[in-house]
Amino acid sequence: MSDAPYKIAAGIIPLLDSALLVVAKEKGFAEAEGVELSLIRESSWANIRDRLAVGHFQVAQMLAPMPIACNLGLTPIGFHTIAPMALGLGGNAVTVSKRLWAEMVEHGAPEGLDPKPAGAALKAVIARRPQSDGRLRFGVVHPFSGHNNELRYWLAACGIDPDRDVEILILPPPLMADALAAGTIDGYCVGEPWNTAAVIAGSGRIVTVKSAIWRSSPEKVLGAQSQWAEQNPEALAALLRAIYRAAEWCAGPENVGELAQLLAGTAYVDRPAAWMLPALTGKIATGSGETTEVADFFLTHDKAATFPWKSHALWFYSQMVRWGQVPHSAANAESALQTYRPDLYRAALKPLGVALPGANSKVEGALQTATPVGSAGASLTLGPDGFFDGGLFDPDELDAYIAAQASGPRE
Amino acid sequence: MPSPLIILVIDENRIRASIIEAGLRDAGYENVTLIHDMAGVAGRIAEINPDVIFIDLENPNRDMLENMFQLSRAVKRPVAMFVDRSDEASIEAAVDAGVSAYVVDGLKKERVKAILDMAVSRFNAFSRLSRELEEARGELENRKVIDRAKGILMKSKGLSEEDAYALLRATAMNQNRKIIDIAQSLVTAAGLLDPGDKS
Repeated sequence: MSDAPYKIAAGIIPLLDSALLVVAKEKGFAEAEGVELSLIRESSWANIRDRLAVGHFQVAQMLAPMPIACNLGLTPIGFHTIAPMALGLGGNAVTVSKRLWAEMVEHGAPEGLDPKPAGAALKAVIARRPQSDGRLRFGVVHPFSGHNNELRYWLAACGIDPDRDVEILILPPPLMADALAAGTIDGYCVGEPWNTAAVIAGSGRIVTVKSAIWRSSPEKVLGAQSQWAEQNPEALAALLRAIYRAAEWCAGPENVGELAQLLAGTAYVDRPAAWMLPALTGKIATGSGETTEVADFFLTHDKAATFPWKSHALWFYSQMVRWGQVPHSAANAESALQTYRPDLYRAALKPLGVALPGANSKVEGALQTATPVGSAGASLTLGPDGFFDGGLFDPDELDAYIAAQASGPRE
Repeated sequence: MPSPLIILVIDENRIRASIIEAGLRDAGYENVTLIHDMAGVAGRIAEINPDVIFIDLENPNRDMLENMFQLSRAVKRPVAMFVDRSDEASIEAAVDAGVSAYVVDGLKKERVKAILDMAVSRFNAFSRLSRELEEARGELENRKVIDRAKGILMKSKGLSEEDAYALLRATAMNQNRKIIDIAQSLVTAAGLLDPGDKS
């Protein structure tokens, strides 16, 4: 198809989970759907937002809470965004400096990536830390990010107050490992390959991973400018189908090598292909000389990994409220709820005859094991989707959840 | 008279920052500070306490800076983006030019609009200059390649310089290609065929 009916420009950030958009373009899935997809790499999430707002981009890879923040008027430039698709589950990790890790080991941190004992050890380190040393500093990529939320959730559940006991700073992903090596920060939560970057540099130890803090948890979404999406429903639907096919391709174990090469390209992540492999294979080199297997480290397709669950949107909203980014109100919750658009996802993918979740929301943390669920067409397996501390998020009980967490960290 | 506005320009590109600074000073804005180095930028901003902040869009630290603007303890006054969120044309012009502008809340639109327009036009002027420089560099490179191709023809076919150029030109016209492309092919081919280069 030489003259494609739909021309779409998408902003991306050099991260492993740009994979779905990169593959949609590079492996011809977009073209097969009649979409001429151009990918433009950006250096900040602010640029992604601004260029989406002024129409340079029609869609973009976005941090899952970002479109919600846009619609709640929390960003410096106002426009309405929707999230009609997720771009995978998991993909992040928490890395600390070798020095902090040594202290954590002294206080009982075991090998492996279990968030619970690692958090307990970190709490002990903080308790013994002389006041003159100042607070430990952790980097995250954006205030409205899964990274900020999962780091804070993990700390708080381990009895560490993210606002009082540590300092949380914003840094761009590619600068994290350098900042860690330079001692500017003591740890960070970021997407791959920027944890592996510190492991390879010998300056960091991965202490836990997103998929251990909250299994099957959302990370990036496809954000689309609402006005464009409304005026171009066929173009958007074609793009969603292309990304769905790309997600299937990314999940094929036989494609891992090629995917790593694609992402390594100068137009994308622009780092060695070997850096992509830990996340793509789930074999995480922690930085202590061991490799820990995390089968669901980054999911592109399994467990409905691209479905934009409204319960995810509401959980992110609950965390915005928890950390004082927005006051809770019924109108605000409704705005968050309406940002994610499973209806558009379902309508776009219907012609493919693939397995689709029948519900728009689920109780996060309810599934302890992989569970087959009723879906339109073929079979679908969801879960486990639990939080590491056993917490449950029932989207129908939003008020109660917010009230309970407002009382501070759970001990 | 309202107090003079304090303007901060954050740009790692020193030349571009100077061009913007010069433009603002020419327009009568005396209180302009430039920051090139991102180390310790939070402290510097608190110290300068600017009314208007410009940041180039290439700066990977925009997310960090925005977060800082929203935390009241880092800057003394809350900072909003652009002159007016509803002024879409201004926002678009700025993003097109590659600059973002942050303005302290409560400043009157008309006081800041001229400054924004000035910065945008200077950013555009700088891009134009860079592009022209890039083109000039390319020109120079092309000139060198064509000279080498002429030299090869003069040597191998015993042509004068003028005839060598005429041959390149005629070949380019016959093949509907650019002279530089023909010259480049010739230089590459000659390099491959050269027996005495590596032994």
